[in-house]
Amino acid sequence: MSNIHVTTTVNGDEVEFLCDPRETLLDALRDKLNLTGAKEGCGTGDCGACSVTMDGRLVCSCLVLGAEAEGKQIGTVEGIADGETLHPLQQKFIEYAALQCGICTPGILVATKALLEKNPDPTETEVRYWLAGNLCRCTGYDKIIRAVMDTAADLRRAS
Amino acid sequence: MDYHIATSFDDAIAVASKAQGITRFLAGGTDVLVQLRADIVTPDTLIDIKHIEGVKDISRESDGSWRIGIAVAGAEMTEHAALMADWPGVVEAMDLVGSTQVQGRATLTGNLCNGSPAADSVPAMVAAAMSATVAGPNGTRQVAVKDIPTGPGRSSLAKGELITALHIPARGTSSGDAYLRFIPRTEMDIAVVGCAVNLTLDGDTITSARVVLGAVAPTILLVQEAANAIIGTSLDEAALTALATAASAACNPINDKRGTIEFRTHVAGVLAKRSAKIAYERALANTGNSA
Ligand SMILES: Cc1cc2nc3c(=O)[nH]c(=O)nc-3n(C[C@H](O)[C@H](O)[C@H](O)COP(=O)(O)OP(=O)(O)OC[C@H]3O[C@@H](n4cnc5c(N)ncnc54)[C@H](O)[C@@H]3O)c2cc1C
Ligand code: FES
Ligand code: FES
Repeated sequence: MSNIHVTTTVNGDEVEFLCDPRETLLDALRDKLNLTGAKEGCGTGDCGACSVTMDGRLVCSCLVLGAEAEGKQIGTVEGIADGETLHPLQQKFIEYAALQCGICTPGILVATKALLEKNPDPTETEVRYWLAGNLCRCTGYDKIIRAVMDTAADLRRAS
Repeated sequence: MDYHIATSFDDAIAVASKAQGITRFLAGGTDVLVQLRADIVTPDTLIDIKHIEGVKDISRESDGSWRIGIAVAGAEMTEHAALMADWPGVVEAMDLVGSTQVQGRATLTGNLCNGSPAADSVPAMVAAAMSATVAGPNGTRQVAVKDIPTGPGRSSLAKGELITALHIPARGTSSGDAYLRFIPRTEMDIAVVGCAVNLTLDGDTITSARVVLGAVAPTILLVQEAANAIIGTSLDEAALTALATAASAACNPINDKRGTIEFRTHVAGVLAKRSAKIAYERALANTGNSA
């Protein structure tokens, strides 16, 4: 089977790659585009380490075919900071030590950024349910939740 | 694997009819990709149906019924306030499927056609008496959602056939629906038991009801005896007890580490009572003024 030629936009930049029809968007990002922020924890939609946005919707890139990215807008963790300036969520994650090994962090940052864009004033329960598909084996979640709640409060004050 | 982007339903039917080996349609891919990645099912032909015109639309027809496009994701249903107001049970059942990430992709049609007896949206769809438009090489037919799954992983769709739209009847006044499931965790798990109830009232008396159980038999069960137990009542304690007894009696579950036969049978009765109470409250509140 011949490879499929895909043109898509990642973090605002138009990119092209060739992929096997069975290849996932996660593999294309990591192996073809050298964007290794999205991680593979499970490959079956359970852990959320591969979270990206596609046309603004949060998805697991391990459950999207590379070919499906044709003509879409993809957002990954690499697009969250503005050059050298970290996004407020990234700053708070450092401040709160909301990570240990860091495997889950790119997915959680992409997921929580998507949440705050949709709902700038979430309750703690809403944050926890939103992140139910992002597993973390290190932190016990508490620092993550507190970092997100505090970022949301800061962003509301700033706007 | 041959990946084909269908430009129309006729195109999808033509490709699926001619295809050799295993064919799958790609809606949200949350079952297809998991099965592909785990080497459970590697399709020879994969037909992406998300680029066909109209498949992303949720629309209310002139008679008050709803048409749900086959590529509408769960998150898009939850965000649709009018659909949610009419059919909260159907929308909530779909919303229980997976995480936020899965909701961004998973569809009602995919949940139905994957054929899991534990699929969360299917009991709610059957309770709502939903139907599907099925198109294939021999034309188009209307099929009750209840008649699509025929066993675990199997459906009544013939080679070359696919669902082109799902339909929810008009809500009408004094009626309501609800779906509840039991899982050992609070999120991200497969139903051990699921139960959907859809009912209509005259005053405070139930005039019609549909009670549907999931995950307690090889296919979902529409339990007429359970409906009979509450029709003609105002859902008093005696009716609720009779409902639970009838629901439990209908169960023919598997025995596994997530739930024994005894546990699943008992929980089916408990969930039937709780779902019926929610549907009843919703029916009382549904005076038709929102439509
Ligand atoms: C992490 C995770 C959690 C999950 N949790 C749940 C859960 O809690 N409850 C639950 O019920 N499910 C759950 N699922 C399973 C899955 O998400 C659902 O079954 C989902 O609704 C499938 O929809 P889809 O659009 O992704 O289907 P796809 O994977 O695209 O397709 C599924 C099947 O339907 C067929 N199909 C699709 N569209 C059509 C059509 N128009 N006509 C004919 N056939 C068609 C395909 O050929 C395929 O066989 C989970 C999955 C994951 C990965
Ligand atoms: S790698 Fe995609 S959800 Fe785990
Ligand atoms: S920091 Fe290690 S998994 Fe979350």
